[in-house]
Amino acid sequence: MSLAECRSAGALEVKFVPDEDVLRHIADDAGIKVQKGKNQLIANPKRFVKKLEAISDDEAQEVLEEKSYVAVLGVCGEESMTNGSSVGGGEVYTFQTPKRSNKMAELASELAQTPGQSAVPDPSKCPEKTAKTPQSSKRSSSSQVQQKTKKNEFVSTTPYRLRKRLADAQLESESEYSASCSEEEEGEEAQKEVSTVLSHQKTPAKTKAVSTPPSRKTLTKKKDNMNDLVEEYFEAHSSSKVLTSDRTLQKLRRKRLNQQTLHDLLQKSPLAYAAEIKELNQQYESLFSKWMLQLHLGFNIVLYGLGSKHDLLEKFRTSMLQDCVHLVVNGYFPSITVKSVSVLNSITEEVLDHIGTFRSPLDQLEFIMKRFKEDSSLELYVLIHNLDSQMLRGERSQQILAQLSSLPSIYLIASIDHINAPLMWDQAKQSLYNWLWYETTTFSPYVEETSYENSLLVQQSGSLALSSLTHVLRSLTPNARGIFRLLAQYQLENKDNASYPGLSFQDFYQQCREAFLVNSDLTLRAQLTEFRDHKLIRTKRGADGVEYLLIPVDDSTLSDFLEKEDEDI
Amino acid sequence: MSTRSLSKGCFVFKPSPKKRKVSRTTAYYFREGSSDLEDSELRFATCQSLQKQVKSETEQIEEELNEQLFDNLVSFLRRSHSAFQEKKTEWTCRTKSREIPTAALVLGVNVTDHDFTFRSLSEVLQNNVTPYIALLEAKDCPGIKNLMQKLLGQLMNCCIDVDSSEEEDYEHVSRSRVRCSMTTLINWYESATKRTDSETPGKKRTSSRHWQSPPVVVIFKDMESFTTKVLQDFVVISSQHIGEFPLVLIFGIATSPMIIHSLLPHSVSSLLCIELFQSLSCKDHLSTIIDKILLTTQFPLKLSEKVLQVLINIFLYHDFSVQNFIKGFQLCIVEHFHSNPLSVLCCQLEEAKRRVNSLSHNQCENVRRLPSFRRYVESQVSEKQIALLTVDSSLKEAVQKLLEDLNVYHENYFPILRCLHVFTSSLPKYPLGKQIRELHCACLENRVWETEEYESSLQLARMLNKSDLVTMLQKCVEILVSSPGREFDEIVEKLKEFLTQFQKLEEAYQERDESISPQKELQKKTNLYHLQKTLLELKESRRSKKLTKFEMLRFEVVDYIDSLVRHYLVPADHKTLHEIVYFNTASVLREHLNAAPRIALHTALNNPYSYLKAFSTVVTAAEGPTADAASSDQVDDVIHARFIRAVSELELLGFIKPSKQKTDHVARLTWGGC
Repeated sequence: MSLAECRSAGALEVKFVPDEDVLRHIADDAGIKVQKGKNQLIANPKRFVKKLEAISDDEAQEVLEEKSYVAVLGVCGEESMTNGSSVGGGEVYTFQTPKRSNKMAELASELAQTPGQSAVPDPSKCPEKTAKTPQSSKRSSSSQVQQKTKKNEFVSTTPYRLRKRLADAQLESESEYSASCSEEEEGEEAQKEVSTVLSHQKTPAKTKAVSTPPSRKTLTKKKDNMNDLVEEYFEAHSSSKVLTSDRTLQKLRRKRLNQQTLHDLLQKSPLAYAAEIKELNQQYESLFSKWMLQLHLGFNIVLYGLGSKHDLLEKFRTSMLQDCVHLVVNGYFPSITVKSVSVLNSITEEVLDHIGTFRSPLDQLEFIMKRFKEDSSLELYVLIHNLDSQMLRGERSQQILAQLSSLPSIYLIASIDHINAPLMWDQAKQSLYNWLWYETTTFSPYVEETSYENSLLVQQSGSLALSSLTHVLRSLTPNARGIFRLLAQYQLENKDNASYPGLSFQDFYQQCREAFLVNSDLTLRAQLTEFRDHKLIRTKRGADGVEYLLIPVDDSTLSDFLEKEDEDI
Repeated sequence: MSTRSLSKGCFVFKPSPKKRKVSRTTAYYFREGSSDLEDSELRFATCQSLQKQVKSETEQIEEELNEQLFDNLVSFLRRSHSAFQEKKTEWTCRTKSREIPTAALVLGVNVTDHDFTFRSLSEVLQNNVTPYIALLEAKDCPGIKNLMQKLLGQLMNCCIDVDSSEEEDYEHVSRSRVRCSMTTLINWYESATKRTDSETPGKKRTSSRHWQSPPVVVIFKDMESFTTKVLQDFVVISSQHIGEFPLVLIFGIATSPMIIHSLLPHSVSSLLCIELFQSLSCKDHLSTIIDKILLTTQFPLKLSEKVLQVLINIFLYHDFSVQNFIKGFQLCIVEHFHSNPLSVLCCQLEEAKRRVNSLSHNQCENVRRLPSFRRYVESQVSEKQIALLTVDSSLKEAVQKLLEDLNVYHENYFPILRCLHVFTSSLPKYPLGKQIRELHCACLENRVWETEEYESSLQLARMLNKSDLVTMLQKCVEILVSSPGREFDEIVEKLKEFLTQFQKLEEAYQERDESISPQKELQKKTNLYHLQKTLLELKESRRSKKLTKFEMLRFEVVDYIDSLVRHYLVPADHKTLHEIVYFNTASVLREHLNAAPRIALHTALNNPYSYLKAFSTVVTAAEGPTADAASSDQVDDVIHARFIRAVSELELLGFIKPSKQKTDHVARLTWGGC
């Protein structure tokens, strides 16, 4: 969204946003469901200010309460470091229930009465008013002052999100709406003129977000039929269509950055607050020998908190584990698995020097456990970066790792990042892991961890797949390349067909023969086996028992690949 | 060697053999990481021995607690087994009855504790009943084939344990080849029993503890997690063969016995002859542990109120796991000895006194820095103050004395606490808590006699009837007599005196001629007005009436108890040198055992400083295009890159995910997302 914002930079201003607004922005209330239907706020941002009569007193109270609530939060951070009195999750994730249920009605009636004389304060006057804290606006006897404080307070407590959304909404209304909600488009124009759309959110913050109608004419009209408003309200709530724009990133006419340039660019941009971060890291580094002690006492250690913990663990490894047998697992590595390929094999083959294969990972695990139990001199430190990564978070992988870590001579130290990571472990696994939790918030960027995530929407997705494709293909015979090209082209031709099952083997054979690429279906099969081994194609059996061939790469990558191939030729 | 690679995600580092030193001991790390180098080795040794002590103690307690259950199980096995042997002779029965004797063992939701229970159960059975035990877990048995494999493997292995090594090769070879079927199992059982039968003369000792043709016990550790099909198949198959070898099943159940019927259809469950066994609830279990470990003077380390509260909360609100509670306690031990240099004195009194003598100067300074010791010094006369603060030897003397005091305090504290608990636990509504641990926490937190709850419980105690009061006093006497405290003789005397007084009162009552009781008068009147009047009069008279002897005595007893409480139940942090034996950094414990990663993330993101970072991005983003208005569409590359990074970090942290419906759209996942 920030991109969109830069475009409207003329209108945008960066203001100081009080903590509580930020908090409200993040720890949003229960109500912030998807923007529904016509509930877009269509209003001029400069005129959204609205007088709220007869609410201010309570409001001030609420603000106060929220203040103390924020204060609690603020304390929580410091305390967890020092004296750490308990802060339950409840205080952070509470749902702020609306304090007055009839607020909607109040607002509605008010809307009908007052909008005419709504005094719109000049935005330029706002800053000095905002300086006044809501606290000071509490309960003053003179109505004059009260009148004034109402305005202040309103300005100062307007959530950032609201302002932003108003700006967005404006943008949105200018832009074309996506086709997916075309049936609503007709009504859209009329809507824009006529209606003031009530925000459907129930919180106090949101209810203030009622925008004043854009023109006086519609205002009077509105006064006349209150019923319309009610109907509109329900209409707005009845539709659950998600209204999204089709302003994709491609429209920005920016070339997509590839991994390398991205990396270079980020290297160039200086790391903010390097000194503080370094100090923070030094704090954690002083814990190293304590970790070692606790590992030796049968606990395992898990690190959590914002920021990449890769460097920290790496440092731990180089400073403490130089003389010990240890295993580093990059959990964020896209093709890591616990089972067959990586972790267990590394242990059996390289640590235990065992040659041979196992029927199943469970057997392998059993073998490892047996060896470690028999030989008490064997010790192994296992470092896992991102224990919660896509590949490792599965139930069975976690089970195996947990069992490994429960061995007294295997010491596990791992890091987790995902916000829901602890949900991976049930009671049984948790007791196997025997975790000690350490908060290591480093604030450092996740350079390593994100560099592999090729599914990202922004990055040039599939660059990894693309390079591997070209690499493998280059080592093949021209005939084989031709075969693959045929398949790729066919797949691209059918890319609009959602139910495209793949190219059936018989058809493919026919085509290959026509292009003089193969002379018998045996050679084609041999070739396909090779492709399959390199994971270039996938075969699927259709409902009719025919074999279908597919390239498991997304279309854009495939077309990129073909383009490149064409260049080469 | 770097661990960053595009082709590998797993790196093994093996130091070359000659470089590999003797790996550093745990003690080394203890020393390295310790906050203070003083006496670290001694501290570590003390820590280790204490941990070991606690471990063996808890294990013993658990064994005792499980004893009853295991006895019941063994007798159940005996019964079912004798039935089997009878059946063997009666051919008709053998063909008819196909019910498998089954013990449903309801263990409660604390799954993590079950492991220990099952281990000791199989040990007990192995020692007394049968060598043929198989422990099955759901995660090993996704299909009936795996289950049979596992079962046969375990049975044949345990057979080897009994017979010595000669058979081993044969078994090993056969195991991999053997087709895992019920027939193999039966054949194996027949040969195994035959072999032991024939060998009995030679090996009387080993097999005599087992029964004749011992039953095969199959334990399903976590019945609920087994797939229905596997269980059904197994039960049906084995019920076909139940006549041929004595099979007994044991189901470990975490929830309720009803689960058997919901897992197994009637046709299958009717093949089982189920008997229910209930293990001790984990709460009782915990109470026993706390009672035996924390509320004694046996272990020098004590937990402060907050720490105990954290541990109990984790237990009550998170897992009900006694094992975890013990683990937390173990962590307390490590933390205490690791972080507190003076913890070297945290051992038995005699040893501690000896150690005081050898304290270094630095350690003496550490003592002087203790807040409780400072308070103590301030209360002394000035010459003594100077001596304590400057001369090490006088300090050591004082410390020895203070340690002794502390010890005496604990010796008195626990029995009196128990006495008080006898009173409070029988009051209606339990103003001071039902469990002794709640009372203990209340006493540790602050002066218990100043709390409202204490007031109300005293008031309630003043209304107890005589028989209750007498039994309570008797209990108190028992507690005090059995406790090692030195000052209790007097108290016991006093309590006994109360008891005899009650006795006398009773006799006096019996002798006294009863005047017409007001109740009887009441019965005579039938008029409502009169009734009201007499009731009012009665009330008046009661108010003005002098207290009866019994009431006087009751007051006296309660006051006496009150005085005991005030004297002995002083909170520990009022005692000098309590820092040495009390572990009180609850935050450490909470942080490490009951962490809140979401809060950590939240606060980190909430941190104004990172916000500033984010906002500065917005600022630069806002300024960028205005400065370069001509190419307003062209976003600065760096900012673009940073934006990309921000998005991918958010994805990694699980805040957003790409939405499937549209390209370039993300969905918010947390904090009220879709």
